[in-house]
Amino acid sequence: MTTTLINIKAEQERVKEQIKAQGLRVLVCAGTGCVANGSLKVIEKFKELGVNVRPMTQQDKVTIVPTGCHGFCEQGVLVVIPDLDVTYVRVKLEDVEEIVESHIKEGKPVERLLYVDPKTQEHVFKNEEINFYAKQTRTTLANCGEINAESLDEALAVGAYEALHKVLEKGDSDWVIEEITRSGLRGRGGGGFPTGMKWKFTAANKGGKSYVVCNGDEGDPGAFMDRSVMEGDPHKLLEGMAIAGYAIGADEAYIYVRAEYPLAIHRLRVAIKEAEERGYLGKNIMGSDFNFEIHIKEGAGAFVCGEETALIASIEGERGMPRPKPPFPANKGLFGRPTLINNVETLANVAPIILKGADWFSSMGTEKSKGTKTFALTGEVNNTGLIEVPMGTTLREIVFDIGGGIRGGKKFKAVQIGGPSGGCLTEEHLDLPMDYDNLIAAGAMVGSGGLVVMNEDTCIVEVARFFMNFTQNESCGKCVPCREGTKNMLKILERIVKGKGEMKDIETLEELATAVKDGSLCGLGKTAPNPVLSTLKYFKDEYIAHIKDKKCPAGVCEAMKTITIDAELCKGCTKCARTCPVGAIEGTVKNPHHIDQSKCIKCGACASACPFKAIKQS
Amino acid sequence: MSDKKTLIINGKEVEFTDEPNLLEVIRKAGFNVPTFCYRPDLTQYGACRMCVVEVEYPNGRTVINSSCTMPPEANIKVKTNTERTRRIRKTVLELLLANHDRECTTCDKSGKCELQRYAEEYGIKDVSKYVQLHKDRFKEIDPWNPSLVRDPNKCILCGACVRACAEFQGHAVLGFANRGSKTVVQPMAGKPLASVDCVFCGQCQAVCPTGALTIKNEVNDAWKLITDKDVKVVAQIAPSVRVAIGEEFGLEPGENSIKLINAALKEIGFDLVFDTNFSADLTIMEEAHEFVERVSKGENLPLFTSCCPAWVRYMETQHPDMLHHLSSCKSPQGMLSPVLRELVPQYFEGFTKENLKIVSIMPCTAKKAEAKREELRKDGVFETDLVLTTQELAKMIKSAGIDFKALEPAEGDSPFALYSGAGTIFGASGGVAEAAVRTAYEFVTGEPLSDVDIKGMRGVDKNSRCKDVELDIKGTKVKVRVVSTLKEAEKCIKEIKNGTADFHMLEVMACPGGCINGGGQPLSFNDSKVKERRAEGLYKEDSELPYRRSNDNPDIKKLYQEYLEAPGSHKAHELLHTVYRDKFKNSYKDVVK
Repeated sequence: MTTTLINIKAEQERVKEQIKAQGLRVLVCAGTGCVANGSLKVIEKFKELGVNVRPMTQQDKVTIVPTGCHGFCEQGVLVVIPDLDVTYVRVKLEDVEEIVESHIKEGKPVERLLYVDPKTQEHVFKNEEINFYAKQTRTTLANCGEINAESLDEALAVGAYEALHKVLEKGDSDWVIEEITRSGLRGRGGGGFPTGMKWKFTAANKGGKSYVVCNGDEGDPGAFMDRSVMEGDPHKLLEGMAIAGYAIGADEAYIYVRAEYPLAIHRLRVAIKEAEERGYLGKNIMGSDFNFEIHIKEGAGAFVCGEETALIASIEGERGMPRPKPPFPANKGLFGRPTLINNVETLANVAPIILKGADWFSSMGTEKSKGTKTFALTGEVNNTGLIEVPMGTTLREIVFDIGGGIRGGKKFKAVQIGGPSGGCLTEEHLDLPMDYDNLIAAGAMVGSGGLVVMNEDTCIVEVARFFMNFTQNESCGKCVPCREGTKNMLKILERIVKGKGEMKDIETLEELATAVKDGSLCGLGKTAPNPVLSTLKYFKDEYIAHIKDKKCPAGVCEAMKTITIDAELCKGCTKCARTCPVGAIEGTVKNPHHIDQSKCIKCGACASACPFKAIKQS
Repeated sequence: MSDKKTLIINGKEVEFTDEPNLLEVIRKAGFNVPTFCYRPDLTQYGACRMCVVEVEYPNGRTVINSSCTMPPEANIKVKTNTERTRRIRKTVLELLLANHDRECTTCDKSGKCELQRYAEEYGIKDVSKYVQLHKDRFKEIDPWNPSLVRDPNKCILCGACVRACAEFQGHAVLGFANRGSKTVVQPMAGKPLASVDCVFCGQCQAVCPTGALTIKNEVNDAWKLITDKDVKVVAQIAPSVRVAIGEEFGLEPGENSIKLINAALKEIGFDLVFDTNFSADLTIMEEAHEFVERVSKGENLPLFTSCCPAWVRYMETQHPDMLHHLSSCKSPQGMLSPVLRELVPQYFEGFTKENLKIVSIMPCTAKKAEAKREELRKDGVFETDLVLTTQELAKMIKSAGIDFKALEPAEGDSPFALYSGAGTIFGASGGVAEAAVRTAYEFVTGEPLSDVDIKGMRGVDKNSRCKDVELDIKGTKVKVRVVSTLKEAEKCIKEIKNGTADFHMLEVMACPGGCINGGGQPLSFNDSKVKERRAEGLYKEDSELPYRRSNDNPDIKKLYQEYLEAPGSHKAHELLHTVYRDKFKNSYKDVVK
């Protein structure tokens, strides 16, 4: 090699010293969730109060670091002070002064702001002892929440661009592809296609112009792992893209991010600019002859643009509609050129694999699904947020250990995994090691990793209707099975939850589901019937209850509720009759009241008004 | 030949070479799979999912995919007619029909509609279990375009029209809007099709599988004229009609049925039948003269032909700064009508300028719009009264109960029916230029061109949309470019604008392959073979006619001697030439009734 690479180790030492000089670091989450909870004001307040304080740790100053997402969004605003071994949760503006005065200055922790374990009811100090974090293995998300995402120095201090440096030093693109292949990394966006193979296919078309495209069009309701990476550790993504570009012979790349992620876009822009200015991206990267330019393309937020060919069409300025495959993007992608498309999480795994080796990565996970996977854990669990676990972790560990069990002591019913393209898993799957193949076999999919936990109060038909409504609205309208099929499936589900379903509707649903699955053009349509198929498989009796008995077993579907007054409990106080907006309740003072079902609109106002719990909804 | 590649279709070994997709191989093997969105000349789209097949790869993996989008691969096993593929097709048909205005009897496409055809073939009887498109939710029909009618309630969103407009005309007048089940095809911003820059070529209609886009049907207006005792109705028939209309009556594409058309028109009740081929010869006289003049003066070159009304419309709305390139000659339809109006009363008894009604039979939807151009209106009267397309004439013949094939062949009415081979080849892309060169050569050199077949200008397939021919006219090099589709024309305009253009004459036909594939022709859904055979029919007639050059046509000579004096004369200018206007901003005012 004629060029000389920079000495990245020396650079790392330099920035580490710099960070050490910052004194006591107070990490305040500035991810979208915590920002919504007011973290920017908390940061301001900390800066106002804390900067000139001399902490009890004998460090000479305090530095406030706004970081990316810690994952435990529900407990935001999160404040972590690593040198004091403490994590504060639900920090409000008015709590800042107490933290500074009591803990930072005097060394007395503010107990009321500590996390309380829902099982033991004890206060937990350390981050790693909080049950939410204890069972996680954070590699993709390792730096999210640890560093200031808008500082290249902080990223360098935790090893950013070291993997790219290693790649450039080795100068062997085949080795890079081999390493990724050996690691067993599979696409984290949904399909689970082996990443190394995808790289190999694209690299086979080396020679002319090629592109790397990062799919950041995260669209599953509730999923936000890609956003967290882009917001919390943008350089990890950029480095992964550059390594991919080096491997396949591309010098230009696009990140497709939805415009609803303004913070991610802002931080990516800052990161790209800084990296280019300092030679970690752009021309002659780190002194090598490798050039790599990254553009950001803001998407308008169509779910279907997460489909790679639709995404390509969208970048090209066309309507975001999928194109038939073959030709695959590896042969003919963006602007007709060979294109490698990986999603954010996949690319964020690249640098650690290169740095720590394929063996390190493949030591985690199951036989065919290696490494870790992030999940957006939501729904009826005690701890919700973004988690990262090794592939093969069971649902039980996620729901009951990390998630801390079902909220309010209710009974677990099911989880919907993989968003609108996934399916539901029930109690019988609690001990199933979650990986790509097991989930497919169970009628669900990893998808991008949305995980919605449902308890006994959730109506499964309504859940199916919700997701069908989502896919129908997000269908691009191109192919008939998806456009017309999902519309009709939705209509049927709407009928059923309104209590107007017929038994033959189930047959039509199944018929349509198969045709849509088999016949659709792209992944969106092919997976759209999954929620219906899997709920029909595990909860057919609930469908039948809606149709035959006109009952919603979970008591959710408004149209099928009946509200009655228990004559034994009713004291005749007339409160309910006075509350009822439609005058459906009759009765005289001190005598049991009665609801006229023909007038009742099932609003439930009477039930909330009754002081004797005499009004029953079923 | 390289090694032979084969695959198995329904158990039969089939060889394949360079077929662009599996569907073509399946069809070559003698099987058919239905399709709505696949059109060979357009980008493969894969939306209707009717052409799905089951494919088994040598490694045992089986997939279901649309055959129109799959490249053929050696050693795969393809099954076209399995339980799964049939079920998908059936569901697609049921879903489409449920969301369709099923009033087939009053639909203009009835009998030609592919949705109707496959619904019948697949035995769809009841779609009531799906959400129905109710009458009260029908969208408004858009009738304002002078050539086309758009009925959104019949649209199945196959996108063929969108692709035709974009890929043929580079124009994207139609596009998709909205998402999911609310998706629609519509002109820009939901405007009427008359209020956007539509050039009326009708190619959208020619590829539409249903009645969502149809030709503005003016058959009833024609019958009204014919049955009106106070008027005399004459017809003129364009070159391409004769090699296509037979398809509606069981004749092969390309079979020349001009004499049957003459007979049919007489049978229907037209008083006289003339031939637009005659005025194609007249156009050549004027245009060749104009060309020679422009070349000698070095003015306004390259000369653009002006017979294609879609092209003229395109120039007026998109490139008004370049109108001086267009030949001032009217189109053959535009020339014959005023000549007839002037001379028929002189030649035929009982005809007056006032009672004469001229109906032209055209392969073209844009001709309907051309006839309504203000520039082609004289003393308040449109020179051509009514334009019928080939499709509409076929409907008239059928409704008149005429057995077309059994008609006694008849000649057109002299002296406006005799034509040369140069006139007849106007219908194929390259024909106008070839005809012009045949005559221009003689105008320049004074000697007839010996070899009149200029093969380099011929060809109507997908790969012949731009042809360059260099000619040597007694030492003067003349370069002629022939293009079809406006997308190709636009490239030429760019060349002219950036100074790289190297040709003296530009022939443009908006429809791919020229008028033989016009928007008004019998539906072939852009089948390349049909196009080629129609063109062959014209070139065959050309080679068999006694006169091959327009200037040899004795009736043309006579017309100049007795009336027009000479090409480019004052009289000729008055009747045969026109002007063009900048219609960049107010497109359509002049064509919307």
